[in-house]
Amino acid sequence: MSSSDGPVASTGAQLSRWFREGDAGLITAVMIGIYVLFTIFAILSPSQGLGGIVATLQAVTFWTALYAMLVLALNLHWGYTGLFNIGVAGFMAVGVYTFAALTAPTTGSPPGLGLPLWVGIVGGMLVAALAGALIALPALRLRADYLAIVTVAFSEIVRLSLLSTSLQEFTLFSSIGFIPDLTLGSGSGQGINMPINPTIPVKSLFYTNPTNPANGEITGLGETVFSLFATIGVRETVVVSIGYTLLLLAFVALFYWLLRRIGNSPFGRVLKAIREDELVANSLGKDTRMFKIKVFMVGCALMGLGGILWETQKGFTDPTSTTFRPIQTFYIFIALIIGGAGSNTGSVFGGALFASLLFQGPLFVSRIFSKFIELGDAPSTFAGAVAPALSLNFAPAAAYTLKNIPSLRFVLVGLVLVVLMQNRPTGLLGHRKEVAASIDLSERDGRTGDAAGKPAADGGQMPDGVRSESDSASGGERDD
Amino acid sequence: MVADWRVSIVERPKTALFGLFLVGLAVDLVLKLFGVQLTLGSANLLGGSLGLGRLITLVWDGIVIGLGIGLAGIGLSMTYSILSFANFAHGDYITSGAFAGWAVAWLVAGFGSGQLDGNVLYLATVGFGPTGPSPADLAINTIKTPIAVFGGLLVAVLATIALTLVIDRFIFKPMRNQGGITTLIASIGVALALRYLIVFVFGASNRGLTGGSPKLILAAVDGQFALANKRSTIILAQNGNAPTDVFYWLFPVVDIGSYSTELLSVTGAELTIVATSLALMYGLHVTLQRTKLGKAMRAMADNEDLARVTGIPTERVVRATWIIGGGLSGAAGYLIALERGTLAFNLGWLLLLLIFAAVILGGIGSIYGAMVGGILIGLTNSVSLVWIPSSFSTAAAFVIMILVLVIRPDGLFGGVTTA
Amino acid sequence: MTDNDAPVDSAGDGGAESAVSAETASPGGAGDAASERSEAVDASLVVEDLSKSFGGINAVNEVSFTVERGSLTGLIGPNGAGKSTTFNLITGVHEPDSGRVTFEGSDLTGRRTNEIAQDGLVRTFQIARELEEMTVLENLMLAPRAQSGEKLVNAVTPGLRGRVREEERDIRERVWETLELFEIDHLAEEHAGNLSGGQRKLLELARALMLDPTMMLLDEPFAGVNPTLEEKLLDRIHELREEGLTFLLVEHDMDLIMENCEHVVVMHQGQLLAQGPPAEIRTNERVIDAYLGEDI
Repeated sequence: MSSSDGPVASTGAQLSRWFREGDAGLITAVMIGIYVLFTIFAILSPSQGLGGIVATLQAVTFWTALYAMLVLALNLHWGYTGLFNIGVAGFMAVGVYTFAALTAPTTGSPPGLGLPLWVGIVGGMLVAALAGALIALPALRLRADYLAIVTVAFSEIVRLSLLSTSLQEFTLFSSIGFIPDLTLGSGSGQGINMPINPTIPVKSLFYTNPTNPANGEITGLGETVFSLFATIGVRETVVVSIGYTLLLLAFVALFYWLLRRIGNSPFGRVLKAIREDELVANSLGKDTRMFKIKVFMVGCALMGLGGILWETQKGFTDPTSTTFRPIQTFYIFIALIIGGAGSNTGSVFGGALFASLLFQGPLFVSRIFSKFIELGDAPSTFAGAVAPALSLNFAPAAAYTLKNIPSLRFVLVGLVLVVLMQNRPTGLLGHRKEVAASIDLSERDGRTGDAAGKPAADGGQMPDGVRSESDSASGGERDD
Repeated sequence: MVADWRVSIVERPKTALFGLFLVGLAVDLVLKLFGVQLTLGSANLLGGSLGLGRLITLVWDGIVIGLGIGLAGIGLSMTYSILSFANFAHGDYITSGAFAGWAVAWLVAGFGSGQLDGNVLYLATVGFGPTGPSPADLAINTIKTPIAVFGGLLVAVLATIALTLVIDRFIFKPMRNQGGITTLIASIGVALALRYLIVFVFGASNRGLTGGSPKLILAAVDGQFALANKRSTIILAQNGNAPTDVFYWLFPVVDIGSYSTELLSVTGAELTIVATSLALMYGLHVTLQRTKLGKAMRAMADNEDLARVTGIPTERVVRATWIIGGGLSGAAGYLIALERGTLAFNLGWLLLLLIFAAVILGGIGSIYGAMVGGILIGLTNSVSLVWIPSSFSTAAAFVIMILVLVIRPDGLFGGVTTA
Repeated sequence: MTDNDAPVDSAGDGGAESAVSAETASPGGAGDAASERSEAVDASLVVEDLSKSFGGINAVNEVSFTVERGSLTGLIGPNGAGKSTTFNLITGVHEPDSGRVTFEGSDLTGRRTNEIAQDGLVRTFQIARELEEMTVLENLMLAPRAQSGEKLVNAVTPGLRGRVREEERDIRERVWETLELFEIDHLAEEHAGNLSGGQRKLLELARALMLDPTMMLLDEPFAGVNPTLEEKLLDRIHELREEGLTFLLVEHDMDLIMENCEHVVVMHQGQLLAQGPPAEIRTNERVIDAYLGEDI
């Protein structure tokens, strides 16, 4: 099983094959294209020099990574298994608030349990998974559109409960003598502080007092890195953000690896079958209920984790945050559809495209426009913009339009979605037909004699049953 | 008969359990009305206290909002069953109708009160200019400015019909042969595009619409029932000093001791929405029962399999579905905004889940089901306040919906022969 | 092999005592005693008084019959007779309103479809339900039971995944062998959605076989299959019978049924019309009446 050449060589061979097969290559190419585009944007924008360019690229990467993670998690539900879950925001909220309850300081208002960071993360994922199980048990046998409605209803129930003042602060176990009282709270509308959050490990590289940098000093490493970046005009805060973004990218890779493994296995095969025709899967002896519940829970745990990484880095959250509204689920869903459901590469691709072109892009375009075209003050209402237009003065209307690009971009998103559904419902990358097995199915032991002597493919951690475009039959297309 | 009843409980334990729960709530309600409290040791079991007036008010509120939801739900239910997809843009149709109607209502009121000059565009976008009128200036209410109110309603209906037909022609019709899920996702796109277009044109703020509404108060005064239009009148009357120069009317005949309490206060807007909704629903009922088109629609809803076998529904029925559904949604949006007195771009979106709840409860495809489901959801939303804090009352309606989907996805009237 | 001794049950509500083979020692008896004996001796599948109605229509009405182990039994009847519904009732797709299904001694009634398949009773579908977006290879790899890789932990954990891959290699061998046996190995990497009708039927059969069934319920396996292929398939089925597999076959091709099955069950409008050896069925008046207007 393990390679005789050693893990390094086999990993190297794995990686090079990975690139060649086009998946990683595609993502890299897309990201490079996006970087080029946004560098241009940054240069054209109200100037902030090289530092501005770096900051822009960091922001784009940040959002791409966050969306990629959540889209991958949703892909597990929808793309792989055909479970129409539009309650993603709800599971993110569960993850975030569990994290908050576990890690917020006991002296805070509302108080938490003051536990370490990793407990918060694991706890958040577990409770999100449990919430998934709670929904899954009654709802997974419903048809797709009913499941959609139930999940979005769940998401709203979570949000409304968090907003409720009844849960603002409460004490558990107060009537049971031998268990110490536990005071927790959601903070309701006022939100909850999370000084311990995933940015802390990053900050601790640079600051001696990561939770409150101003009260401490900059570490040696911090000095070096900050001064290095300062030479190209990049501010301290941006450097720290770059650090966190790199952490996020590591998580994206982790998500991708995990999903690849799940998909390329007998388990993934059954999921695929469930999506296509659950009755057949059942008739072949698979207990589809258990598969669906398991995959639902795993996906929800990932959504909880994604939510924690997304929201807690602000150090603070409250239930009115867009992250917890159904619209956020729809954005993630749209990103998934754009890239193509069923394909992990498509998920990352869709996340990148959505976050950069549809989400951030229009904002940059409007900034650039207003820098180059002098339009005067924008009127605050549509009426105020149209009136001058009647006497052929279009500047106010143009200014108003630019100012409202944030709203208009969602008109664009909506139209993109409609056009996609009419013409290419399986997304831009289509239904990537990745074969679900942990080995290359087209090989046969002893057929060519080569099968036994494939050390790099059989060893190591990467599955070798991955095919990029397998649309035609023509004999066995073998890797290596 | 009794044996059947017992068999039903065994066969459908979840439904039986839910029924038991409802019975418990009813008992608790009755106990509360009479101020009876059952306790076990120091724990409160059942009962408590609840003023009759409060209960009546809650029920009325529930009916008011429930009728609006039911009206809106009819279109959703019809689309769901005849076109086989869940239309997530339905909420934004409602909002569109509301804005279109209120723009016209403001324009009419502005014209009527001579405040039109220089304010046309502002009024048309349901907003104010720097020197424009305020809602108080326009003073729209059903009694004083009926033309504005009902003109707006008419426009709301017509505009929404036009909108739904256009959207169907260009967006949903080309997708007729694609699956329900694909069309559902497309409808999400439509919802987004529509909503943010509304934000672009009308702005994102929550604006006041009316300048106050006349009231009608029903109270018990010394054992007799009385009507007045000011609370102060009632209070004076209850103290024995019934004023003579304001509206105050005692019901003859009925005399039940010396009971004195306020029972119910309704606004003109609430009465408008109730009366109009009932009228529209009745009109729809007549259409369904008496006209050929109505019969065709009922046949399609009843024998869905048969309809499927005979192929894709004829365009006529589809068009009728959109027209009726769209028109009613526009009316619902307009009326709900009237009743609330405010209007924001996410009016319909926020209601959408409740409307789904109503449709599912009533049974998808059943028009009468949508009406009944709407009222029930409205009642759940408001009467649940007897037991749970207001921040959870919407959640309660959602829980009901989830329970229905899990226990009896057909809803109350689904799968039964009705329209 | 014709069976001259089995009494033909001409009443619609035959009990389990009908159709006991005379080749075994036990004589036919009445009631449950006989069915228990027949379960122990030679009946693989016993269906008793199975009933199901949908919205007021009696799709299946008190149907009873037995399928002998190792036999090739035919289930025939005009369109709408309730044959597919009976399959669905046996395999747990629908729950019967009343009646019982016993397979190799254990009661299957009301059990879940996947459990029934795990017990060795496998069915194919009338309209082949191949998983279109999966390749032929994937379709077949899906079938075998108890794959350790179907447990999520095994699939993901680095150490355990090695064992999963071992297992998959073994299964892959079997899959290729089966594909060669059915002569569709050249289609191995095609997406099942690209296959022709006849090829899909082959795939369906091959896939069902990967489950190592004890008994197979085949719902019109030869519809749309060309005669040469049909011959080959029948040979395969007879070979499998010799290895111990039992078959219950729904088919419209009368000749095929009469020539290959040793026992035939006839359904009509949801009820059991007759059962017995082909020769008797062929001349049974009620059967002929039912098929009036159809070719026998």
